[in-house]
Amino acid sequence: MRVLRVGDRALLVELDDGAATEAFHAELLRRRAAGALPAVRELVPAARTVLLDGVDEPERLAAELTGWEPAPLHARVGEAVEVPVRYDGPDLAEVAALWGVSVEAAVRIHTAAEFRVAFCGFAPGFGYLTGLGERYEVPRRATPRTAVPAGSVALAGPYTGVYPRSSPGGWQLIGTTDVVLWDAERDPAALLTPGTRVRFTAGGGR
Amino acid sequence: MSDRAVAVVRAGALTTVQDLGRPGYAHLGVPRSGALDPPALRLVNRLAGNGEDAAVLETTVDGCALRPRCAVTVAVGGAPCPVRVDGRPAAWGTTVRVGAGSVLEIGAAARGLRSYVALGGGIAVPPVLGSRSTDLLSGLGPAPLADGAVLPLGAAAAVPGSVDAPPWPGPPDELVLRVRPGPRDDWFTAEALRAFTTRAYRVSPASNRIGLRLEGPALERAVPGELASEGMVLGAVQVPPDGRPVVFLADHPTTGGYPVVAVVREADLGAAAQAVPGTPVRFVRVR
Repeated sequence: MRVLRVGDRALLVELDDGAATEAFHAELLRRRAAGALPAVRELVPAARTVLLDGVDEPERLAAELTGWEPAPLHARVGEAVEVPVRYDGPDLAEVAALWGVSVEAAVRIHTAAEFRVAFCGFAPGFGYLTGLGERYEVPRRATPRTAVPAGSVALAGPYTGVYPRSSPGGWQLIGTTDVVLWDAERDPAALLTPGTRVRFTAGGGR
Repeated sequence: MSDRAVAVVRAGALTTVQDLGRPGYAHLGVPRSGALDPPALRLVNRLAGNGEDAAVLETTVDGCALRPRCAVTVAVGGAPCPVRVDGRPAAWGTTVRVGAGSVLEIGAAARGLRSYVALGGGIAVPPVLGSRSTDLLSGLGPAPLADGAVLPLGAAAAVPGSVDAPPWPGPPDELVLRVRPGPRDDWFTAEALRAFTTRAYRVSPASNRIGLRLEGPALERAVPGELASEGMVLGAVQVPPDGRPVVFLADHPTTGGYPVVAVVREADLGAAAQAVPGTPVRFVRVR
């Protein structure tokens, strides 16, 4: 673990891999819930880092963090959010070919995996979900689409994501869901918050 | 013509509703947003008798024109500009009373870029995640103003503010941005780091509420390849593949995959928001 200063009021904690990052983020949330973390305005997990922004005494907090030994992630904490998907994406056949399996088998692989929201970014409510094995990583599309429809379920690198609203995007589209990913009137506004467990199920008229 | 609302007669190039933004949701991918020049926002709100966090209008370059449907206390600050009520000159940087149905004209910025218009009671569009700010990156909050739009106003304070307004510092002839190096300064060559704090940059016309783009020496990377996406802060100086630094402003993305060479002090970002294209920029290293 490495703690980097970011400006006058933030720290970037760099970890060895995605699993260590998710465990460290979970530890931060636990300590914050227990009132054992000084005030931090933003806690932003990402692929291999957690940003702590809006910290009054970053020097002091950095020293404290360095001594932590986060507990390993408990995989089965909390209910999994279920996301029903029509596996009808325009890139599904290409993804299946990249994996070297049939389209039906690709759907089985995606619905059998248990996912976890590693972090959010790109757009409000867009989660980067981990859970597919390393052998199922796929590249981004060479040419991004100018408009990906809202509800598109997509793959890129080690991640699965669902587009909360129509936007440009370069991920491989494997399906569509009617689940509302983002609703500013809801609390939390994002369905898929960091740490949330997720399962995709095949359904909805495929 | 007596409801608490204001009609937009001329929206201007880009006029948005802004308050202090919506911090605290970056982990959901929600930008902070909010006024680019927070001291100007606070001052016009105090002048108009509002709380410092009330929603105001942020104009860009060419001002806007408004017709309040009720008598209202107004204050215009930020970039200095001509202010007229029904064609008659009125004061900038202090409290102005505008009658119901009168036209308040905010002229083009004489210096700087962004003027701030506070109306008594504040702009009362429904808040999204605790803020009424327009976020141009993710589309949260109200749309930018359009001609003919009508915006609701909140209840005004009984007694408008009385403030000894300190003179606006004015837009910088040269923008000096104090930076703390890192977190990814080790991704750049020693030569690039030297150039960054010794050579002159200029504000690019491609700048917007997301970032202050700079023209000048490209910063050469020592580490090739991609950085895994990581959390971004306000004032982060991100360096995309073309090597030209971008200073992240209020609507910046919450995560990014280009290395951040340094971070600008938050206190210097209000001036950055008022620097017109072509303004010389110098980064000064502080620790």
